[in-house]
Amino acid sequence: MTAAAPRPFTFIGCVELRQALDHRARDERELLDRLEDVPPDSVFYHTHGYFLRHRPITTAYGNDFAAWVAVHVRDQVLAERLAVINPFETASLEDLREELMSVVYDHLLRMSSVPRVEFGEVFHFQQSHIVEVPLGPAATTLAEFRAGLSEVDASAIYFHMVEARARLGRRSGDFAEWIRTALALPALAERIERIDAYMTSLERVRARVLTLVDAALEGDAA
Amino acid sequence: MITIDDYRRVAPPGAIDMLLRLAERVRGRRLLHVSGGRFGGGPAEILHTLVPMTADLGVDAAWEITGGDPGFYTTAAGLRAALEGAERVLTDEALDHYVEMNRVSAKKLSLEADLVLVHDVQPLTLVEHRGEAGRWIWGCHFDASRAQRRAWGVLRPYVNRYDAAIFSLPKFGRRLAIPRYVIAPSIDPLSEKNRDLTSREVTTLVRALGVAQDKPMLLQVAPFTPAEDPLGVVNVYRLVRKHYNVRLVLAGTGDPERESRETLAELREAARHDPDIAVLELPPDAHLQINALQRAATIVLQKSVHEAFGLGAAEAMWKGKPVVGGFAGGLTQQIVYDVTGYTVHSVEGAAFRLRHLLNNPELIARMGAAGREHVRRSFLVTRHLTDYMALLIHLTG
Repeated sequence: MTAAAPRPFTFIGCVELRQALDHRARDERELLDRLEDVPPDSVFYHTHGYFLRHRPITTAYGNDFAAWVAVHVRDQVLAERLAVINPFETASLEDLREELMSVVYDHLLRMSSVPRVEFGEVFHFQQSHIVEVPLGPAATTLAEFRAGLSEVDASAIYFHMVEARARLGRRSGDFAEWIRTALALPALAERIERIDAYMTSLERVRARVLTLVDAALEGDAA
Repeated sequence: MITIDDYRRVAPPGAIDMLLRLAERVRGRRLLHVSGGRFGGGPAEILHTLVPMTADLGVDAAWEITGGDPGFYTTAAGLRAALEGAERVLTDEALDHYVEMNRVSAKKLSLEADLVLVHDVQPLTLVEHRGEAGRWIWGCHFDASRAQRRAWGVLRPYVNRYDAAIFSLPKFGRRLAIPRYVIAPSIDPLSEKNRDLTSREVTTLVRALGVAQDKPMLLQVAPFTPAEDPLGVVNVYRLVRKHYNVRLVLAGTGDPERESRETLAELREAARHDPDIAVLELPPDAHLQINALQRAATIVLQKSVHEAFGLGAAEAMWKGKPVVGGFAGGLTQQIVYDVTGYTVHSVEGAAFRLRHLLNNPELIARMGAAGREHVRRSFLVTRHLTDYMALLIHLTG
């Protein structure tokens, strides 16, 4: 594991530039209708992007739609059903959109009236542009990777574990992919790939990757 | 002189390195801010920090202001008020004069830059005189969602000549033909208004204002206008006072508008009958005094019924205070309900939350600490500058 990789790993942090869209929803029917219309990047922003913005100090809802329904519409039933949709388990953003819509549709079928915002705020759909920022020295060994990962801005965890998988089509995530192909450590790569990034914080994901890498390094030393 | 490195001790870990890396991609490019003045609140306050910080990052940053005669300022102020939803009479002659004054300013100013960021209403029509090069952005620092139709009808064609607009919140914007980016405003943690103060400094400054620190202090820092509901705050205090021996401090700047003068007169009358109500009319540059008051406070109120972004909440949270705020403007974004404070819809609701906090002092400390971390991540100038750098990269390649 001390061998240098033929291809170094460069950590990339990111800044999310938010853009407001013209779509908004005052009730759950409008939420359903707008969900059908908005660009895929907006679905991404309100689901996967939630993990970049979410701080552990706040209640976890899993995505912006569940948070809005819970806090502003005060429909805890739909909020609960939306919150359990794991964006990391769907194959594509269109599949995720379908899943969200079917949950809202099914919920509305059971309601005698459409729950709406009375005293809360309207839901404004947004999308984001990710500006990539290469960070720190590139890693060529697992030890260098570990050192870089421990210090890098948390947005890099998001970029390599979420953005890369969901929007850039690198399904394994960048960490696992590099460790598998450049360092030839498939077992470690598989463990990192299995980390559940859903309903947790970026710092916790960082800690889990570090724990796995430490275990691999210690095994190597032994 | 404060440098970018000084922010390492207040910004989140990694934030300054991130900024430096972002700046590497745009080093040498010119970013020009244009505003209606260098003083007062709004964008001017934070530009005093943002522009030197941007230059410190190696970006060619500049700040120009527009001006004119009294008629120009009156019309610009009227347009701003109308865009915020107030009824104003705007004659064609006055509007023509406003546009003409900006034409004169455009001739005097150097408006060539990779990115020109024009703030608020006063310099808005400068865009008529943009050259071929560079991208132009209009930054709107208030809630324009309820703009009067005529005022919006006059200004919308100008706004659509920009390459993009920035609003503080998605709900503050209106439908436009150009992209609308969302960038929240920020506070400067190293400014006079927000820098750390020793307890001795706090005591000295607060005593100089004639406020005793002998009991828990409830504080609202806001203009004495109906939008900030200072009279409602007095009623909140009276409900709390039935159960707790507290002091209420209302600090703000005066306003020549008739409604504000009447509000201030009513507040003074209330204070005349209750020695535990202090009404402090402060000059616009009383930053250190406001800092000290916020640090001396037990709980901070921002009980607005109409609000723009309302950064007073972020300022108070940065000082480790829980905030009880109105359900208005940007307060709902800043105050994380039940974590950093509470948003409320009524006088009774505010009093209930204050009593709850006063009865559970451990909550005051816990929410205060959570609020400071929330501001550190979301509302410091370092995050604001990061967003501007990202915008510069995104729009100028």
